[in-house]
Amino acid sequence: MTVAVPTTLDEAVRLFAAEPSAMLLAGGTDAMVEINDGHRRPGGLVIALNRVSDLRTWRHDAERRTLTIGAGVTYSELMQEPIATLAPALADASRTVGSPQIRNAGTLGGNLGTCSPAGDGLPVLSALGAQVRIVSAAGERAASVDDVMVGVKRTSLKPGEMIAEIVLPVLDGWQGYAKVGVRNAMVIAIASACLVVDTDARQLSIALGSVGPTIVRCPEAERQLAAAVDWAALSVPSDALDEFVGLVSSASRPITDHRSTADYRRHAVGVLAKRLARRAFTAGERRS
Amino acid sequence: MNNELFTLRVNGIDYEVSDSWLGESLLDVLRDRIGLMGSKGACTQGECGSCSVMVDDVLVCSCLVMGASAIDQNIITIEGVAPVGTPSDVQQAFVDAGAVQCGFCTPGLVMAVHDLLKRRGRPTETEIREELAGNVCRCTGYGRIVDAVERVSVQRRGNSQEESS
Amino acid sequence: MSVVEDTQTLRAGTIGDSPARPDGISKVQGGYAFSSDLSADGCLFGATLRSPYPYARIVSIDQSAAWKISGVEAVITADDVPGQLTYGLISQDQPVFASDVVRYVGEPVAAVAALDPETARRALDAIVVEYDERSPLLDPETAIAEGHELIHPDGNLIRHQRIVHGNPDASGAVVVEGTYEIGMQDQAFLGLEAAIAYPDPGADGVELHLATQWLHEDQGQIAACLGVSDDKVRLVLGGVGGAFGAREDISLQVHTCLLALRLGRPVRMAYSRAESFLGHVHRHPATIWMRHHADAAGTLVNVEARFVFDGGAYASTSSAVLVNGITMAQGPYACPNGQVDGYAVRTNHLPCGAMRGFGAVQACFAYESQMDKLADACGLEPQEIRVRNAMRTGDTLLTGQPVMNVAPVEECIRETAALPLPDEPVGGAPLGDGSPNVMKLPGGAGRTADTRDIVRGIGWGVSIKNLMYSETFDDYSTARCRLTDGVVTLKFATAEVGQGFITIAGQIARTVLGVDEVVLDQIDTGVGSAGSTSASRQTWMSGGAVDAACRAARERLFEAVGRSYGIEPVRFMIDGTDVIDTAGDLRIPVSEASAGLEIEETVEYHHPETEDLDELGQGNCHTAFAFVAHRAVVDVDPELGLVKVIQIATAQDVGNALNPLSVVGQIEGGIAQGLGLAVMEEIIQIDGVIRNGNFTDYLLPTFLDMPPVLTTLIEQPDPHAPLGAKGVGEPPCISSTPAVVAAIRDALRQAGIEKPLNRVPVRPADICL
Repeated sequence: MTVAVPTTLDEAVRLFAAEPSAMLLAGGTDAMVEINDGHRRPGGLVIALNRVSDLRTWRHDAERRTLTIGAGVTYSELMQEPIATLAPALADASRTVGSPQIRNAGTLGGNLGTCSPAGDGLPVLSALGAQVRIVSAAGERAASVDDVMVGVKRTSLKPGEMIAEIVLPVLDGWQGYAKVGVRNAMVIAIASACLVVDTDARQLSIALGSVGPTIVRCPEAERQLAAAVDWAALSVPSDALDEFVGLVSSASRPITDHRSTADYRRHAVGVLAKRLARRAFTAGERRS
Repeated sequence: MNNELFTLRVNGIDYEVSDSWLGESLLDVLRDRIGLMGSKGACTQGECGSCSVMVDDVLVCSCLVMGASAIDQNIITIEGVAPVGTPSDVQQAFVDAGAVQCGFCTPGLVMAVHDLLKRRGRPTETEIREELAGNVCRCTGYGRIVDAVERVSVQRRGNSQEESS
Repeated sequence: MSVVEDTQTLRAGTIGDSPARPDGISKVQGGYAFSSDLSADGCLFGATLRSPYPYARIVSIDQSAAWKISGVEAVITADDVPGQLTYGLISQDQPVFASDVVRYVGEPVAAVAALDPETARRALDAIVVEYDERSPLLDPETAIAEGHELIHPDGNLIRHQRIVHGNPDASGAVVVEGTYEIGMQDQAFLGLEAAIAYPDPGADGVELHLATQWLHEDQGQIAACLGVSDDKVRLVLGGVGGAFGAREDISLQVHTCLLALRLGRPVRMAYSRAESFLGHVHRHPATIWMRHHADAAGTLVNVEARFVFDGGAYASTSSAVLVNGITMAQGPYACPNGQVDGYAVRTNHLPCGAMRGFGAVQACFAYESQMDKLADACGLEPQEIRVRNAMRTGDTLLTGQPVMNVAPVEECIRETAALPLPDEPVGGAPLGDGSPNVMKLPGGAGRTADTRDIVRGIGWGVSIKNLMYSETFDDYSTARCRLTDGVVTLKFATAEVGQGFITIAGQIARTVLGVDEVVLDQIDTGVGSAGSTSASRQTWMSGGAVDAACRAARERLFEAVGRSYGIEPVRFMIDGTDVIDTAGDLRIPVSEASAGLEIEETVEYHHPETEDLDELGQGNCHTAFAFVAHRAVVDVDPELGLVKVIQIATAQDVGNALNPLSVVGQIEGGIAQGLGLAVMEEIIQIDGVIRNGNFTDYLLPTFLDMPPVLTTLIEQPDPHAPLGAKGVGEPPCISSTPAVVAAIRDALRQAGIEKPLNRVPVRPADICL
């Protein structure tokens, strides 16, 4: 076994190209649990990414209205200004991750690379329609985050490819993340949801965590609610909100396990969707 | 690095680590290879905080750091907080406030409290609780620990007022 | 507090003061050695192979591949146990290693020792065990109904005990009934099981350094399994990272000693968290049916109950847990009539035994839920029904035993009620931008709720707990006091597990002997037994032993001084740090008086004898009792089923608070465990397989789950207690659980929702679906 600690992205990519079976170690908050518990035992090369400075930066392009976040940016950093204002839902989600110790180590790229349906950053990336910049020795490509996430802890990354950056739109409009766990801190989501409103485009998106093999989008619910919103007043009739809740719940595909039941998860994502929408819009009278 | 020999800088001292499996956590390296037993392990999952250390001024769970990846970094453990017999203000406050029972969570908590008070001089009770939520204590119910943190916060404010006056 | 201390006359470090723990500085600096920190040059590492099946016959065990691994020094199975093949606290029914049948997932089948932990793990993987799976017994009612083959030669029923008292057919105008369930809770101490065994030269004896609650009980059980006399097994207490009942039974002790003796080299064993969940006993899951009869004014007439405790695969202390549960069925309330039926049964679940509260926890959730139902039915407030029925000194239990201790149940309730309710509204004071502080709402950082989604409720819980062991058990404690040159050296085998006995031992010596310096000798089996650090008993029992040993030493000191000055020893007393003549002018410092003397006294302290229960559950089976009241304020999100406990208020019957800060620490810590059982802590087993044996999924309360606790100590020194002090460890975790659940029910009622919530822990779906 070998541990490499590159400091530049080029170096990391070169190492990975030479040994595409290498294990990438980002913040370690997922990988080390598996290693400690003996579920994973790297034998070859491990590439530690936490000191690749290219991955640890972010930039805001005011003109293009994008926020580009290096894969190695930690949750603690995502909670800071100005990121917290540019991508409020991401800051919300980051604050729900584990503890200060976990947020100091865990990274957005690592969250996506692990691709757990309970990953707190992932509903946000999906709802924002994030683009992922993927690099390898062969060059680089971009993919939508929804295309990267293909299953429980499975991504579409090919051998030798690593996540370099995640590009998010900076939007006008309310956005937020909410997560249900059985404790008031330090808990894995048993259901979560992110709502993003784009007032310019008069569109909205909602993405759900922990209620399917990967992040669940709800296109029907999104269309329904966007059509019902009074975009001038940013209000929505209360019966449209009820309908939205039903569509979100029925879009979820939860399972029952030791953490919760499918029934509860289906119910909970509906409640979260309602409350997020209520924060985004004034709930008005019922439609006549 | 592939010769299973690496160097870690812990509490300002360079330690050569040999004969270890490179996948070992920093916690295991600190305890089993270097012999610094102050950092405790109770979960191997980053859930209890007992193993908290500072790596390059950032508070982390040492069980979630691959030891061999922490080369060229400045690691501070509980042993590096204050000389033996000369406790830090946080350490003394823990003893005085009754924040220690079995004491297994204590080294990790002391690390976390030092980090918290460095970042936030005057945390509210709710902030203390949020910031320390990654450190589980099974004995105390946390009340006396919150008291210890508040004592240090008040004491440091008093000290800084004295200095400025 | 009901007693105001006169701090002017309180000498530092004596009884009533709260001096610093003697181990405090080393603990905060990381220098304190827990048992998991112990190592030795050249020591080998042990590991345990465990059953993957809840119930199976072992067809064969093939060790050959394990022996071939370089670095493997020993592989042992049941065939290698030289002495008794089984152990156990009350009945010896648990095999050191399963030989023919495995009865729970995690049961030890073999152990190995190797040069390093990794090799030991590989050796475990290389041992091939062929199992013939059987249909596991998982339903306690099936065990009672004798509807399953016997899973153990001792039978599927561990104990059945009835209580019939007064007129069991009595009834009243009001009858309430319910069935309650308690899930399996884990003690979840942070310091994992670990020990190191040093074989004697020639390997005919062994010294074991370990974390335990009861050195001498371990010593006896280990020696029996090793087939040697007790004196060949010496135990030394390593630092103990919490216990809460989980270290009362044998876990790795025998395995470690066996390996060390076989190899003639030190062997260390240490469990991981996952292994710890399998390796120690848990709190019994229980199903409890109760029917309470009261008159129209709410005065109890009769309590009927049926208890079923799931003991898991082996007996451990199940029979004693059962007796605690059923004898406390009435709670801290006077009741003239009762009929209780209790079963502790064997299943193929994880073995259950001691955990803080020991049977009283399960009973309390049921009887306190019943008291709330009764209050509703009678149109009374929760605290009114409790005050109306509050037990007093001299009242009898359903066992016929009179409660002779101080019994300030009514004071506990009234003083709890007098504590202020939270002054902040739901969500706390709004933040600068007008938004609520999410950390003060249920769901916390998850931002699940807005203030308007939340309702607040208040709930009560009051409880009784027996102190010390019961049913004729003589759980004495021993202490040795040495006095020379003004310095006291104390030796005892009392397991310090974090509770702070070592602090109060010094306080007692300073108070009784007028010294300042107290040295604590190593805690080991080099002195008589102290009994277990459990059952809220060490302050009373080992405190009593230290007190008695110090008093005996004081008599010797007075005799010596009397000889020197020609004064009758009976005229002396200790005043501060001086010996004074109460009938004269002589005053000399204890340091001077004891100069050159070598006084050593060893004393055993025994509590009064208790009785067994007869067939109808009658008998003075318990030693003493303590009481407590809890009031919980809880914010609930009825739609998502999430909960945040906002405040716990409590007044506890402590007798005499020897160290008030330690008492508060026990109270707050115990409440946290009661809160955990109320809303989050449960070991989930599906088909006999644990599904959440780790801290990611077995949730413990964090800083954000535990609210501030308001505490009043009810200090009425108990005349039966050697220092007037009652044990304080268990009561806090007993009635805090029903108080929290009652507050959730109350909150839901504010929202127009009636939910029985007759099971703990309460899960979100129990509230909202």
